[in-house]
Amino acid sequence: MSDTNVSYVRKEMLAEAAPPVSEIGPVRWVRENLFSSPLNAILTIISLYVIYWVVGHVAPWTIGGIWGASSLTECREIRDATVGSDHGIACWSVLSHRWHQLLFGYYPSHLYWRPVLALLLFLAGLVPVLYPDTSRKLLIVSAIAPFACFWLLWGGSVWLPVSTALGFVVGYFAFGLATRLISPLAGILAAIILPLLYWYFIAGDLYAALADTVPLGIEFVQSRDFGGFMLSVVIGLSAIVLSLPLGILLALARQSDLFIIKTFAVVFIEVIRGVPLIVWLFTAQLLLNYFLPPGTNFDLTLRVIIMVTLFSAAYIAEVVRGGLAALPKGQYEGADSLGLNYWQSMRLIILPQALKISIPGIVNTFIGLFKDTTLVVFIGLFDPLGIASAVRATTEWNGIYWELFIFIGVMFFIACFSMGRYSLQLEKKLQREHR
Amino acid sequence: MKKTVFLGALTVAGLSAAVASAATLDDVKARGSLNCGVSTGLVGFAAPDANGEWAGFDVAVCRAVAAAVLGDPSAVEFVPTTGQTRFTALASGEVDMLARNTTWTFSRDNDLKFEFVGVNYYDGQGFMVPKALGVMSAKDLDGATVCIQTGTTTELNLADFFRTNNISYEPVPIETNAEAQQQYLAGACDVYTTDASGLAATRATFEAPGDHVVLPEIISKEPLGPLVRHGDHEWGDIVRWTLNAMITAEELGVNSSNLSELAAAPTNNPEINRMLGTEGELGAMLGLDADWAVSALAVGGNYGEVFETNIGENTPIGLARGLNAQWTDGGLIYSPPFR
Repeated sequence: MSDTNVSYVRKEMLAEAAPPVSEIGPVRWVRENLFSSPLNAILTIISLYVIYWVVGHVAPWTIGGIWGASSLTECREIRDATVGSDHGIACWSVLSHRWHQLLFGYYPSHLYWRPVLALLLFLAGLVPVLYPDTSRKLLIVSAIAPFACFWLLWGGSVWLPVSTALGFVVGYFAFGLATRLISPLAGILAAIILPLLYWYFIAGDLYAALADTVPLGIEFVQSRDFGGFMLSVVIGLSAIVLSLPLGILLALARQSDLFIIKTFAVVFIEVIRGVPLIVWLFTAQLLLNYFLPPGTNFDLTLRVIIMVTLFSAAYIAEVVRGGLAALPKGQYEGADSLGLNYWQSMRLIILPQALKISIPGIVNTFIGLFKDTTLVVFIGLFDPLGIASAVRATTEWNGIYWELFIFIGVMFFIACFSMGRYSLQLEKKLQREHR
Repeated sequence: MKKTVFLGALTVAGLSAAVASAATLDDVKARGSLNCGVSTGLVGFAAPDANGEWAGFDVAVCRAVAAAVLGDPSAVEFVPTTGQTRFTALASGEVDMLARNTTWTFSRDNDLKFEFVGVNYYDGQGFMVPKALGVMSAKDLDGATVCIQTGTTTELNLADFFRTNNISYEPVPIETNAEAQQQYLAGACDVYTTDASGLAATRATFEAPGDHVVLPEIISKEPLGPLVRHGDHEWGDIVRWTLNAMITAEELGVNSSNLSELAAAPTNNPEINRMLGTEGELGAMLGLDADWAVSALAVGGNYGEVFETNIGENTPIGLARGLNAQWTDGGLIYSPPFR
């Protein structure tokens, strides 16, 4: 049997053949995803036609747009001369003419480097907070950044942010000393009371003395000159940075067993959340004027930042509370059984887990908050939309809409999309570490 | 004091020690600048240009007052106010005066406790229709769809007008002027109604302005003018007479080209001399320098010149003087004498 030589049995292996064309590469992808069934094929063709139709109408308008004109009338003249008056094309000239106002508002143009530098500094300060792998020493940058940004944006004497920042230094050392010498509770109390005393009694004189002896400063810029995306970013980022810690504290307070603290937190959250943001902005703009002594001029931008911060803190508090509630009870009991006190257990065990769960919600709130900054247009601040209507109020650009709105939309999309991407990346990374 | 300064500087705006004085003039002089409430942007009346410099018909009044009081037309802080925030801004002292196309009405004067110092523009509500509609009078508009800004006096005027003429209409509510332009051009309504100056400015932006007509009927009285707070009459007088100086200057033929010549030495017209301070003590009666009116007029010239530069027939807006001509030319613009 072993010697049988059967002619119809193949002796050597066939070489591997390439898979059929319809089963590999783009062809397969198209077959599987676009033409997998007759219905899908029809839908694909309809969709392609719709895309073609939309692009065919929008692209010539966008790409053929006019850049060099100095007014809408000139744009129309150029269009009539080149493509004829029955074609609509974009007049992007309004952007090349007024981009600086859409970005910086009425900030003095020779000082544009200051807000740009402030933003870079802010991002640099954010790195050690957002990416825990970087050196801990960089945290000092994060601590300095807010004061440096404030100084760069508004200018004035350098001693103002310095003497204000000293209050936090006082608080830091007071906390350390009192905790070591007396008790943790005394440490917290000292960290709150001593800086307040410093700001109230010492800071003013210190600032005056420093400013008198070493007058060091840069040109002062009024917040009324802030506008455009710079205003949105200043309001948005300050509110984001300030509302997160405030929101976490509120969430913890709402879970607290102490009656007064808990009631305060509940009332605060429900009142702030129960009223639309635009009402709070009107409160900031209109009512506060009546409560303050006559002649006082409490900066409007600052009032808005405070209101937006409080508003967003209430939302953050609820998001974080969701995270806290999602943690199994065993985590709290485990922390207690290790003998950790309240703040230690929160800092080391509860909050890291709760915040991780809350990340999508928190970022969602922040994106909403950033977009909500456009509401300030109703109280007469020049956010990008306000600038757009101010641009339209000049005789050159009266009657131009789409180009400005598209630009504003694209800018907001870029900012919000990056925030969303970062949160996705953060979620993925934290998941790997914990599972 | 130092504490207040510190806190104030902290609130960025510079909280000057809260001096609760009623004298706006002293406050303005101490501050070195005039806080003038303007619109957030209205074609021809107030708008910042590419360099952020405010210009316009209302802005010119602010600059003239600043020049009269401080001698410097650029010593103005323009505070943009919206329709909702303008009156609070003035009442709370955030602005010293308001020059924001505000209609002088009984309730604003008495209930809101403001002082309208005069009228710098007589406006009125009108109608714009496409020429193709073939309508010649607002009374032919029976059954028309009308684009109308909600929550304004124009809405009420419109209802009154159609009811008194016993004709029907269908309102298309819109929120802003920008929206109205788009809706009207897209044919969502047959008629667009708002103040006649606004209609002219809107029509000027159309691709083919000639295809649209503004109907002859004006259905409301909208006297627009600068206003100040009740109670500080000295300050109100300064704003009132700065406006009057601009008006009188046009009447007497004082303009930006002959101003320096006329102000140099007394002329043979005693009223010009009194106004320009070469004769008499009118400036001192207002608490200002003798050449206050010269400074005010040096900014943009007299009323007629300011009108022509900002909204007149040679600008894209192209408003005719109409009611806003001098009384000597058959208009309503009239100033009490400088005596």
